[in-house]
Amino acid sequence: MSATVAIASGIAPPRRNRQRFIESLAGCGFAFPAFLLLLLTNLVPLVVLLYLSFTNYELGALDTKFLGLDNFHKALVDPVFHRSLVNTFVYVAIVLPGAVGLGLLIAVLLHRRKRMRSFYEVVYFLPVTSTLIAMATVWQFLLHPSLGPINGVLRALGVHEIAFLTEPSYVLPTLAAIGIWQLVGFNMVLFLAGLSAIPRDLYEAAEIDGCRSGIDRFLTITWPLLGPTTMFVIVTTSITAFKVFDTVAVMTRGGPMGASEVLLYAIYLEGYQYFHMGYAAALTLIFLAFVLLFSILQTLVLERRVHYG
Amino acid sequence: MASVTLQSICKSFGGPPVLDGIDLDVADGEFLTLVGASGCGKSTLIRIIAGLEPQTSGSVLIDGRAVDHLRPHERRVAMVFQSYALYPHMRVFHNIALPLVMTRLALYERLPVVRLLSMRRRRVMSDIAREVQAVAKQLQIDALLDRRPSQLSGGQRQRVALGRAMVRHPSAFLMDEPLSNLDAKLRLHMRSELAELHGRLGTTFVYVTHDQVEAMTMSDRVAMMDGGRILQLGRPADLYARPANIRVAQFIGTPPINLLPARTSASGAVELFGSELPIRVSAPAGSASTLGLRPNAIVPAPIGTSRAGHHSLFGRLRRSENLGAEQVLHVDLAAPASGSLLCTTTSDPETFVGDTRGLALLFAPFACHVFDAEGNRVDAQSQADVAPSLMRAV
Repeated sequence: MSATVAIASGIAPPRRNRQRFIESLAGCGFAFPAFLLLLLTNLVPLVVLLYLSFTNYELGALDTKFLGLDNFHKALVDPVFHRSLVNTFVYVAIVLPGAVGLGLLIAVLLHRRKRMRSFYEVVYFLPVTSTLIAMATVWQFLLHPSLGPINGVLRALGVHEIAFLTEPSYVLPTLAAIGIWQLVGFNMVLFLAGLSAIPRDLYEAAEIDGCRSGIDRFLTITWPLLGPTTMFVIVTTSITAFKVFDTVAVMTRGGPMGASEVLLYAIYLEGYQYFHMGYAAALTLIFLAFVLLFSILQTLVLERRVHYG
Repeated sequence: MASVTLQSICKSFGGPPVLDGIDLDVADGEFLTLVGASGCGKSTLIRIIAGLEPQTSGSVLIDGRAVDHLRPHERRVAMVFQSYALYPHMRVFHNIALPLVMTRLALYERLPVVRLLSMRRRRVMSDIAREVQAVAKQLQIDALLDRRPSQLSGGQRQRVALGRAMVRHPSAFLMDEPLSNLDAKLRLHMRSELAELHGRLGTTFVYVTHDQVEAMTMSDRVAMMDGGRILQLGRPADLYARPANIRVAQFIGTPPINLLPARTSASGAVELFGSELPIRVSAPAGSASTLGLRPNAIVPAPIGTSRAGHHSLFGRLRRSENLGAEQVLHVDLAAPASGSLLCTTTSDPETFVGDTRGLALLFAPFACHVFDAEGNRVDAQSQADVAPSLMRAV
């Protein structure tokens, strides 16, 4: 305020300019705390991360050396990093269609139900609210080759028991199935919101115009009008799937033989097991670049939204 | 083209009945309007005809054939919704073409990519395009076929909705308050356009509205509904001239009819504010309880005026509304009468009311509508001795 007074008395600008200056000063004053918080929690760490990625800093080390782009070069030729990248994409490729398709299917099935709808909504949403680390432990027990009830059932049916978490070719699909289980409820809620925004009139008009079956109605009305919702669900699901970590850390630790080593787990190993903070920082930046790619996709799509209203 | 017949249709949504035994015969090519206040069941009735809502009991016949078991599109009726219900993601062309696409192409021929397998799809689609063009030309929307519904004005959306209904050549058009979302000027215009369209197509129209003006101006016949029943069914002029029920009398006509409390004397003559009118009812004494008098049946005049065969009341002018061609007067009645009434006049009342604002209201007693305590019309005859003079007055 003192600055305002000084300027006001010293130069004495025209009344309107002064008013505008006070308003912009007040505006900055209100925005400052939020900006400071943003700076301290998001921007400064990002700059530190960027700096670390150019060094060979190790946790607890007394001196560090500036390496330039060496860390990034190392990542490009690192077979472990390559494997984790491929594993992550395979995981996303299974989780994305599964969680989006199942979420849509359940939402469409529940939408017109009256009495049981809220019951099913709660049941499907429960995995979203639970802690995945705790749930991963439960899944580990359920899938255990000799003690787990799932293999127990398989044995009872006369089928060979399946080593869900220890057979390299099964481990990623198994983790992906758990990922789908966890995401479906959230996607269902988003799709239900999208469905209730479609006017009933349209379904009635379609019925009169000759949409005989549920498939006709879905293809003519539901699917096109859910476009914006679907795009949003796809982007959030892919970002969430890309960030898979909890289940890997608790259940497989990247094993067997690196078959379930995903990006975030590789970063965790480099940073907190081997203390290669500089290299981990470089990997994190690459990871951020992928997430940014998804985010940009989201922004672009929402900007020219599939919107007809 | 087809007739539509309803046989004792009942509908309830669990509670009291929304429709209570509706019998109705819509002739082939007729324009029939269901009119009534909101909640009278008219929209439910038209949805039952369309097949969007199942009736609790009763039967719907189209062209003499029961269609109760048929799905909406199998009934071959078209419906225009109040909201138009255009498909927002389709361009106008596809909105109008959809009913034809749905009936003429198989499911696989409508799917992306897979449809390329169809040999006849191209031919069918070019037929459809020709028909859509023809309908669009009729409705003067052929320049809009590439737009989306959100890029159209209310009137244009209305036409697209009509086009989507017309393109199938349905056996009957069902319209659920199609003009309610338009502004007053456009509504007037679309009213006459719809009536002309009906004349041109010659198809059966069943039209739902809460606006009595729409009902009166467009229809061949009007069914006035209230409380899930049809109160009166007839030509618009009949509903106006001989309302069967006090609620019909109140609903039809602007400005609304005046209702005055009346009694029947021992001799059967109708009494209004203590004086006997020269009309009598055949029903037992006490049956007349309300007298309905249209505003345009009352002649306002300077105090002291009298006219042969006319009865007079006196009142004080409270307010007048100038409608251009005529004025609507709000008059507070003077003792022994009480209450107020509306009347219309083409002459300026200010020229004769003076400072006292007093005026005489003359009306011919036979112009009164007499209703009993239940609100049903009671037929009243002029008394034999006054009848000849009344005839001369007319």
